[in-house]
Amino acid sequence: MEQLIPLDYATLRVIWWAVLGFLLVAFAVMDGFDLGVATILPLVSRKDIERRIVFNVVGPVWEGNQVWLIVGGGVVFAAWPLLYAMAFSGFYLAMMLLLITLILRPICFKYRSKLPDARWRSTWDALLCLCGLVAALVFGVAVGNTITGVPFVFQPDTMRPLYQGTFFGLFQPFPVLCGVISVCMLAMHGSALLSWKTQDAVAARARVTGRIFALVTVALFVLAGFWVAHGIDGFSVTGALHTGQESNPLDKTVALTLGGWMANYARWPAMWIGPVLGVAGALLAAALIGLRTGAPAFLASSASVAGIVLTFGFALFPFLLPSSMDPNASLTVWDASSSYVSLWIMLLATGVLLPIVIVYTAWVYRVMRGKVTEQSVGGGHAY
Amino acid sequence: MFNFDVVDLSRFQFAATVMYHFLFVPLTLGLSFLLAIMESVYVMSGRDIWRRMTVFWGGLFGINFALGVATGIVMEFQFGMNWAYYSHYVGDIFGAPLAIEGLMAFFLEATFVGLFFFGWDRLSKVGHLVVTWLVALGTNLSALWILIANGWMQNPVGAVFNPLTMRMEMKDFGAVIFNPVAQAKFVHTVSAGYVMGAIFIMGVSAWYLLRKRHVEFAKRSMVVAASFGLAAALSVVVLGDESGYLTTEHQKMKIAAMEAMWKTEPAPASFNLFAIPDQKHEVNHFSIEIPYVMGIIGTRSLTTPLLGIDELVKRARVRVKNGILAYEDLQKVRANPQDKAARKDFDARWRDLGYALLLKRFTPDIGKATPADIDKAAQSTVPQVAPLYWTFRVMVGLGFYFILFFAVAFWLASTGRLRRYPRFLRIALWSLPLPWLAIESGWFVAEFGRQPWVIEGVLPTYYAASGLTVADLVISLSIFLVLYTGLAIVGAKVMLRAIKAGPDEPDAGTAPAELPMNGIAAPQTAA
Repeated sequence: MEQLIPLDYATLRVIWWAVLGFLLVAFAVMDGFDLGVATILPLVSRKDIERRIVFNVVGPVWEGNQVWLIVGGGVVFAAWPLLYAMAFSGFYLAMMLLLITLILRPICFKYRSKLPDARWRSTWDALLCLCGLVAALVFGVAVGNTITGVPFVFQPDTMRPLYQGTFFGLFQPFPVLCGVISVCMLAMHGSALLSWKTQDAVAARARVTGRIFALVTVALFVLAGFWVAHGIDGFSVTGALHTGQESNPLDKTVALTLGGWMANYARWPAMWIGPVLGVAGALLAAALIGLRTGAPAFLASSASVAGIVLTFGFALFPFLLPSSMDPNASLTVWDASSSYVSLWIMLLATGVLLPIVIVYTAWVYRVMRGKVTEQSVGGGHAY
Repeated sequence: MFNFDVVDLSRFQFAATVMYHFLFVPLTLGLSFLLAIMESVYVMSGRDIWRRMTVFWGGLFGINFALGVATGIVMEFQFGMNWAYYSHYVGDIFGAPLAIEGLMAFFLEATFVGLFFFGWDRLSKVGHLVVTWLVALGTNLSALWILIANGWMQNPVGAVFNPLTMRMEMKDFGAVIFNPVAQAKFVHTVSAGYVMGAIFIMGVSAWYLLRKRHVEFAKRSMVVAASFGLAAALSVVVLGDESGYLTTEHQKMKIAAMEAMWKTEPAPASFNLFAIPDQKHEVNHFSIEIPYVMGIIGTRSLTTPLLGIDELVKRARVRVKNGILAYEDLQKVRANPQDKAARKDFDARWRDLGYALLLKRFTPDIGKATPADIDKAAQSTVPQVAPLYWTFRVMVGLGFYFILFFAVAFWLASTGRLRRYPRFLRIALWSLPLPWLAIESGWFVAEFGRQPWVIEGVLPTYYAASGLTVADLVISLSIFLVLYTGLAIVGAKVMLRAIKAGPDEPDAGTAPAELPMNGIAAPQTAA
C-alpha cells in the first residue's frame, strides 16, 4: 500500500502532528472564549439581564465549539493510542476534575434560565464560573506537566503503560504557572469577545478585564519563557530516531539538558512566530479593546491564543509526552503513532470532513452575527 | 499482577456511566427525527400548530440533549482513563470510528442544535427546517459510528495483531465499517430510539388529554407519534431478530447463555419460554420449552444444530491450547524480530492469542499452564447465564408489547377515537418508562453477554484495565454518584416543569406580546 501512496510513514506522522496542532489551536480559540466568558461572568455582569446577555453570547455556539475538544480526544485515540492511553490514565484524577466541569457546563447553559427563581440562577452562575476557571486551569497544568515531563514507564513485554506519579504531584510551581497563564489568556479572550458582542455596562466591564488579563498574560507568558530557557530540563533524542518504523517508544535514547526546549527555536527560527504572535497578539488585543474596535480586538486575541498554543507545540517537537521517569520511553511523533493504514484512512476522512465542518460553522456564526442585547434575549428562543 | 478490585470497580463505573448516558441518547435519536417530521408538516401546510409542536417538543428535546452531551464526554474519556491497555491494544482500529464520529456527526448535530433553538427568528422557514433535519441526521450518524466501534468489539473484523507493536492494527477499514454486526446493531438501536421518542410523545400527550389540556395539540402529536412508533416498533423487532441471527454467527456463546442452552440440542432447537438457570450445575429448573422455534430464529434452518454451552467450552479449550503456542511464538518474535520461522507460526496462530491471555487470571506464566488452568480458562468463557436469560426476555417481551401498543394507538389515533378511551390514555402514560427498561436490558445482554471479553476473542476485559488504585476508583465513583444523582434530580425537575407548563397556546395571551422577538409570525425577517 505504501508504494501506491506518495507519502511515507515518517511524513504522514508529521502531518498528523500538524493536524493535532490545528485541532488544539481551534479548540483553544473556539471553546477558549466559552471558558473565558464563563470565568469572567461575575466580573462583567451583575444583574440578571446582564447575566442572560452573557449567556446568550456563547449560548448558540458553545456546543459546536466543545466538539473541537471531543474530536481532539478522538484524534489522539486514533492517531496516537499510546499517548491517549498514558495521558488519560496517568492524569486520572485531574481528568475527573476536568470531567466535572465538562459535565456541569452544558447543564449550566441549558437549565439556568429555565426557572425564574433567583437562587437557582445564581447557583448556576457560580457553577459556570467555576467550570470555566477549573477547566482552563487543568488544561494549563496539563501543558505545564508535559513540559516538565510526566513520571511514566512501560512494561516492556506487554507495552502496558504505567503511571508512577500522584495527583498532587501535578501541581508543581511551573505547571501551576502554566495553569494561571491559561486562565488569564482565556479570560482575555472571553473579554475580547464580550467587548465586541455586547453593549453598555457589560461591554464596558469587559474592556477593563480584557486589558488587564491581556497584560497579565503577556507578563506571565514571558516569565514562563525565561523559566523554560533557564530553569527547566528539555528533552532531546540523542541516538538515531527511527522515523519510518513501526511504533515502539522503547527503541531510542533521550537526553535531558537545561534549556533544551529552546533547541527547536535555534534550529528553526521560523518557529519564533509562535511566541511573537502570543505576545504581540495580546498587546494588540489590549490596545484594540481600548479603542472599541470589536471584531479586530477579538481577532488579535485569537492570534495570541493560537500563538501561545503553538509556542508549546513547537518547543516540544517531536515529543508528544516526555517521561521524567524513563526519558527513553518518552512518546514522540514517530514512535507512538497508529499504523500507516490507520493514519492514512484517518487523513482521508479528516481531509474531506474538516473543511465541511469549517464551512458550516462559519455559516452558523454568520447567521448569529450582531450584538446580543436586552431586546434580543427577550423572546422565547434564548437562554 | 492484576488488581481485580480495580478491574471490577472500573467495569462497574463504565457500566453505570454508559447506562446513564443511554437514558438520554435514544430519546435524542427519536425526538430529533420526530421534530424534523413535525416541522416538515409545518413548512408544507403552513399551519401554525405544527410550528408550536416543533417548538414545544424541541424544548423538551433540549432539556434531554444537554444531559446526553454532558454524560457523553465521560464515555470518550473513560476508554483512556480506565481502560488504558485497551486503548493501546485496539486504538489503531477503535479510535478511527470515534474520531470520525466527532468529525462527521457530533460536529453536525452540536453546531446546528444551537441554531435550532436560536435560529427561529433569524432563518427562513425552509432554512430552519434544513437545520432541524441536519440535527436529526447528525444524531443518527453519530449512532452509526459509535455502533461501528461497538460492533467491532463484538466482531473484530479487518484487523491483525502486530507482534512488533504489541497491538491490533487495521488492515481493512471497509470490513470494519460494513461489519454486519455493526450494521444490524445500528438499525436495531436507532429504531429503539425512535420507539422511545414516540412513546415519550404518546405518554406526555396522553397526560394532557386526560387533563383536557392542549387537546388539539396533544391529539396531533399522538397521530404523528403513533404512526412513527408503529413503524419503529416493527423495525426494532424484525431487525432485532436480524441481530440475534448474527449473534449466532459470531457470538455463539452469548446466544447460548441468553437461551440458557447448557447442552447442544439436536436441530431444530426448542425455545425456552421460562426457566430458572442454575450456573453451578449447568441445568435449568422448571423450564417450559417451545419446540423448533429457537433453531429457526437462531440458524434460519431446520437442520443446523445450535451449539450449547458444553460444546462451546470444549472449543474454547482447544483455542486456549493453541493460544499458548501463539503466546510462545510471540515471545520469540519479541526477543528476535528477525526470527522468520517464529513470525510465520505466530501469524498463523494469532487469532487464538486472546484465549491464552485468559490464562493469566489463573497462572502468572502462560507457558507453564497446567491442564487444570486450561480447563479453568475455557470455563471462564461462559458468562453469567441467569441475568442474561432474564434481561433478554424482558427486552423481547417489551418489544412485542410496543408493537401491540402502537397498533392500538395507531388505530385509535387515525380514527379520531383517542379521547373516548381514557383507559388507553392511562396505559400510554404508564408505558412511559418501558422503552428505557427495554433498551437498558438490550445493552445489558449485548455487553454483559460478551464477557469475559472486552474485544470478543481478542482481549479479555480484566487484561484491558488501567494500572489505577482502588482509591482512584473510589474517588471517581463517588464523584459520579454525587454528580449524576444531582443531574437526575435537576433534569427531572426542569423536564417536569416544562411538561406541566405545556406548549404556548395562541389564545393564552402571552405569545402575541412577544411577536417581534420570537418570530412567531415573522420567521423570515432575518433574510
